Amino acid sequence: MQATAHIEFIVAAYAAGVVVIVALIGWVMLDYRLQRRILAELETKGISRRAARESADE
Amino acid sequence: MTPLSALLVRDMRIAIRVGGGALIGVLFFVVVVTLTPFAIGPDLALLKRIGPAILWLAALLASLLALDRLFASDHEDGSLDLILTGRAPLELVIAAKGLAHWLTTAVPLIVAAPLIGLLLNIEPPAQAGLVLTLLVGTPALTFIGIVGAAIAVTLRRGGLLLAIIVLPLTVPVLIFGVAAANAAVAGPAPFGTPFTVLCALTLASLVIGPFAAAAALRLDIE
Amino acid sequence: MRISELANPSRFVRAANLVMPWLSGAAAIVFAFALYRAMLAPDDYQQGATVKIMFLHVPSAWLGMLCWALMTVAALGTLVWCHPLADVTAKAAAPLGAAFTLLCLVTGSLWGRPEWGTYWVWDARLTSELILFLLYLGVIALWRTVEDPSRAARAVAILTLVGAIDLPIIKFSVDWWNTLHQGASVFRLGGSTIDPTILIPLLLMAAAFTLLFVTLLLAAMRNEILRRRVRTLRLLQASAAG
Repeated sequence: MQATAHIEFIVAAYAAGVVVIVALIGWVMLDYRLQRRILAELETKGISRRAARESADE
Repeated sequence: MTPLSALLVRDMRIAIRVGGGALIGVLFFVVVVTLTPFAIGPDLALLKRIGPAILWLAALLASLLALDRLFASDHEDGSLDLILTGRAPLELVIAAKGLAHWLTTAVPLIVAAPLIGLLLNIEPPAQAGLVLTLLVGTPALTFIGIVGAAIAVTLRRGGLLLAIIVLPLTVPVLIFGVAAANAAVAGPAPFGTPFTVLCALTLASLVIGPFAAAAALRLDIE
Repeated sequence: MRISELANPSRFVRAANLVMPWLSGAAAIVFAFALYRAMLAPDDYQQGATVKIMFLHVPSAWLGMLCWALMTVAALGTLVWCHPLADVTAKAAAPLGAAFTLLCLVTGSLWGRPEWGTYWVWDARLTSELILFLLYLGVIALWRTVEDPSRAARAVAILTLVGAIDLPIIKFSVDWWNTLHQGASVFRLGGSTIDPTILIPLLLMAAAFTLLFVTLLLAAMRNEILRRRVRTLRLLQASAAG
């Protein structure tokens, strides 16, 4: 296959796509883990939501 | 953790949090640069010629934005009095706060500058010189600015007075910063001469700024 | 379970937990297939292989606009019906829309350099897309500046509604002004003008991007609901200690 003209721009564009998508997925996943961890910490301190307590009784 | 590094971290945390002003500075920078082609016209050749000047001017204004809150927020909640009566030397404390301001306001701006430069038709090879001038020159803007912030801290509408005091003092930095950036982008003038003067200005401001600001604070808060 | 019952945040989180693995799997599969078709697509007569950048550029542009449209609907949900999930949707969607709009600008710039010889030009379509990106950043800044989530939601809703005027400007900019950017070739009266060998991969990539967006949105909404729980608990904790 002959050398594709401007291949560096095509590669850069797809690399940008990969970076953006991976960053979004990473942000969403890390934020989820962070919030779950904070909620678990607050749980162990004995603070809980009224709704959670009620649904545990259901 | 020493008191100074604790202060540095605290200032940076406050700047990044809700109502802070760190990332707003970059946003302001981007908006100002975006506005200029609407005012000047989309002629790419013209934008390339004045591009470095626009970026420098926008950087100056964006740095100025966050200076207002530098001492004022501490003054409001009383921590400024604690700082003044504390054991750490006031000059070093002010230097730490200036460093925090530069890290949270100017560094994101420097990172954004190459991308914004593309909007003004500045080609990537020339970007390096431009970014270097911003990297070296923005500390001068911060440390000159803290003098004005210290002078204006007790005033109610201090923000405007702060701008009037600070902007003339920053003119030499602006002149040499833009000269160096222009040399990097367009040539043929040498880059080295204005750049060296810019370095000298920054080094001088790193020393004079904290001392002058400390003196102003001691006068203000009697 | 009806859609209106999903308005309860806890129910929504449970529903999202169920649906998300399937959605992300579907997104991955469609992406794989779309990329495969995109690589096979023929080179353009004039542009050569750089036309392949279009498979990233156009879907991200569509999604950037779709996301703002979604935020506009959410804004109406907040202001008119006070729907509980409207705020959450709007806040979760903003960073996603900003990211896709940024990707559109970056890929467009990288496409423009070999195409037109310049990374940027201040023509109507590019400028209005850049304005959209700045509007996204402004909305995100506003979310982060106002402490109370419901007050923030109302302020953001108004900004979103005002900013929505940019969407038709972007769409019709290539018709109304003399621009460097090419005219509409997919969504136009009289049908698309693109050859199927390029149109099919383009639509496949658009579908993949949309599935990805929906997955990310549900995940971000779930995170936002959790974040609000944390805030409530912390406020309880502070008032109990005081």
